[in-house]
Amino acid sequence: MRADRGWIQPEPWGIRIVPADCWIDPARPVELALVTHGHSDHARGGHGRTLATPPTLAIMGLRYGLDGGGVPVDYGETTSLPGGVRATWLPAGHVLGSAQILLEHAGERVIVTGDFKRRLDPTCVPFLPTRCDILITEATFGLPVFRHPPVEEEIARLLTTRAANPDRCVLAGAYALGKAQRLIAELRLAGYAEPIFLHGAMERMCRLYEGFGIDLGELRLVADVSKADLAGQVVICPPSALTDRWSRRLPDPITAMASGWMRVRQRARQRNVELPLIISDHADWDELTATIAEVDPAETWITHGREEALLRWCELNQRKARALAMVGYEDEDD
Amino acid sequence: MEEFAILLDSLVYTRSRNGKLKLIADYLRSTPDPDRGWALAALTDGLDFPAVKSSTIRNLLTERIDPVLFALSRDYVGDTAETASLLWPEPPDPPAPPSVSEAVEALSAMTRTSVLPELARLLDRLDANGRFALLKLATGAMRIGISARLAKLAFALAFDVAIDDVEEYWHGQTPPYLPLFDWAANGAPPPSAENVPLFRPFMLAHPLEDTIVDMVDYVAEWKWDGIRVQLVNAGGETRLYSRSGDDISGTFPELAAALQIPAVLDGELLVRGSHQGGEEGGAASFNALQQRLGRKAVPKRMLEDYPAFVRLYDLLIVEGEDLRGLSWVQRRALLESFLPRLDPQRFDLSAVIEAASLDELAAIRERARDDAIEGVMLKRRDSPYVAGRRTGLWYKWKRDPLLVDCVLMYAQRGSGKRSSFYSDYTFGCWDGDPDQGAELLPVGKAYFGFTDEELKWLDRYVRNHTVNRFGPVRETDKSLVLEVAFDSVHLSKRHKSGLAMRFPRINRIRTDKPAHEADHIETLKALVRD
Ligand SMILES: [Zn+2]
Ligand SMILES: [Zn+2]
Repeated sequence: MRADRGWIQPEPWGIRIVPADCWIDPARPVELALVTHGHSDHARGGHGRTLATPPTLAIMGLRYGLDGGGVPVDYGETTSLPGGVRATWLPAGHVLGSAQILLEHAGERVIVTGDFKRRLDPTCVPFLPTRCDILITEATFGLPVFRHPPVEEEIARLLTTRAANPDRCVLAGAYALGKAQRLIAELRLAGYAEPIFLHGAMERMCRLYEGFGIDLGELRLVADVSKADLAGQVVICPPSALTDRWSRRLPDPITAMASGWMRVRQRARQRNVELPLIISDHADWDELTATIAEVDPAETWITHGREEALLRWCELNQRKARALAMVGYEDEDD
Repeated sequence: MEEFAILLDSLVYTRSRNGKLKLIADYLRSTPDPDRGWALAALTDGLDFPAVKSSTIRNLLTERIDPVLFALSRDYVGDTAETASLLWPEPPDPPAPPSVSEAVEALSAMTRTSVLPELARLLDRLDANGRFALLKLATGAMRIGISARLAKLAFALAFDVAIDDVEEYWHGQTPPYLPLFDWAANGAPPPSAENVPLFRPFMLAHPLEDTIVDMVDYVAEWKWDGIRVQLVNAGGETRLYSRSGDDISGTFPELAAALQIPAVLDGELLVRGSHQGGEEGGAASFNALQQRLGRKAVPKRMLEDYPAFVRLYDLLIVEGEDLRGLSWVQRRALLESFLPRLDPQRFDLSAVIEAASLDELAAIRERARDDAIEGVMLKRRDSPYVAGRRTGLWYKWKRDPLLVDCVLMYAQRGSGKRSSFYSDYTFGCWDGDPDQGAELLPVGKAYFGFTDEELKWLDRYVRNHTVNRFGPVRETDKSLVLEVAFDSVHLSKRHKSGLAMRFPRINRIRTDKPAHEADHIETLKALVRD
């Protein structure tokens, strides 16, 4: 058995492609980095050159600065790397610009999914299932209790709560990259046409999304309006601002949080959430297992998340699998 | 079932007491009989389905899903019912969900042999939230911090009826409480108490603090250090009730047997003996009484070593005549003339203290060395017997050390040989009237004052009443009253309550006292001598 397939080596701080002397999503600065998407646990500044999709490079530029080392690659475009390695970025459906990276070397195909989901998301290109020999997958929601409900149901609950409380506002915590824009876009799909109010920290990323052609409707900043104007409105802020002094400027907010963790009551209660919205940008248990079955790799490697249960599922289904002890991949960007 | 599931879910995520009250009240108003009655019973842990246990749910699930995956999920979620509700494989075309009463009926009919397939059939008809509600209802472990008192307040709020009336008519009623709803919602006559040994809400006292009363208008009585009880005989049956209205007849069978005349008596339950400092034939200290509390079955030796009796304070009803509207003076006279009809082994009178002024009373109180004396009571001579705490009618004046009744809020694991026990307790007082939506504010932390036996008991209590966990800390459902003794209390900016206690210790576990009757922050503030 070729344990590490020789040419592809998982290390705790990233996945190394040996013949090309480069890394995927490295947690420390390297000469050449291949980046799946813009979340801070995958994309970091300080690399010599960074290969990623144009939106991911724009996001990284906005967040960390790229010092001119960004090399854009489009979905489906194949790049030749040193040592006879070919790399192709394929849509992952996680956030704007997110990609799986397909690596080919000596007749062997390896896919690194990065973070991914299978549900449709109006703000990004859907996941493209692709055959490979080794699937290197995430397992953020790798427990069978995680089954994300249809997003329409969660949006409907938010709108019902809003309508029932005309004197209050719904304050939804959502990660500034991806979740916030998806939440806004889903509200628009549900026919919600009122202006949506933003915490200041959300604005630049929303504008970046708009720059890539994602329509988010009318957005306004909380800082620009009075408390009374916010009654009956939807306000979106980063999760950290939910319990911050900042929220005191809002009219008796109903605290909501959009996250896959909201499936578990205890997690929602720990965050003092009154309206948990189970909306996730990661694959749930059914999507994870269905993806492995569909891609049907000879081996499945698990980068981060609740790998124990997914390993067990692979064992029960006679699939060869191993957990890579990757560090620094937080599961909070759900 | 869907509405009940929504209610349950909303209660889980609602922190404020007022918010919870409103949710329950809205549900009670908008839900038909008998569903609302069953739901009310479920919320207050009043339902029991012996065939359904936590292990039943585990067995049911592991028939359908790999046991390792189940165990990993259970560890992550932390609650068997919730884990099962999320893991349950949903059928493609689920039949219509059952109503609450349909579910209750099905659950009551289940036996140990039929439970697995029948519970599965119910689960197949519900979505994830519905399954959670059903399993919580079935195992009787709601743990969402809804006390019986809160449920009654919500009932009163829902139908705009007086809480005292609700308390009075509630007793003796069983789920789904149809006569109770008929009375409150439809204006039917209240459920009859004529021939049923019902609990009547106690009259309670305010702390005296800085109030000055004139001894011309007030009478002083000892406040005994036992447990306040009500003994009720009606329709040929006698029941003994604790402060919170719990039926404790089984714990003290000799008392239930001792009253054979239709009457309602108010007094202090004490045990007789010279144990632990009590005088021969008099009342023993609270520690002696503690030996008898909380036991379901009483060994014969206990009855002999720690015989219980009631020191009478008041007479509420006798032979069909309700005396509660009379003045204290009139009731006292009737009580004194009633006493000879009772067994002197089991009943005596709480003596009136002769004192012409508060100063004289203070001196008498200071000299009192009897362990069984907790302080003195001041009762307005013309006061009728009214439920609850009314300003100006009754006062309590406790003896030093400083004592305050707090509610257990959080518990943390101890260190060293106590590391397996939840032995550090954070407790709080109300920041106002809990019936008006006040919240508990933590006022201190104590990790001594209790015996090893009490520690075991407290540890078990914490584990069984956890509503939330943060690392080594558990948040409890705020149902347990702890009497905390302390040397002094000071103003402090570092504490949310603005107060810091010096040398707080757990003086006593007050299982007999409901949480909403714990002390207010104001009581503690009044003790500040900075
Ligand atoms: Zn991500
Ligand atoms: Zn990630």
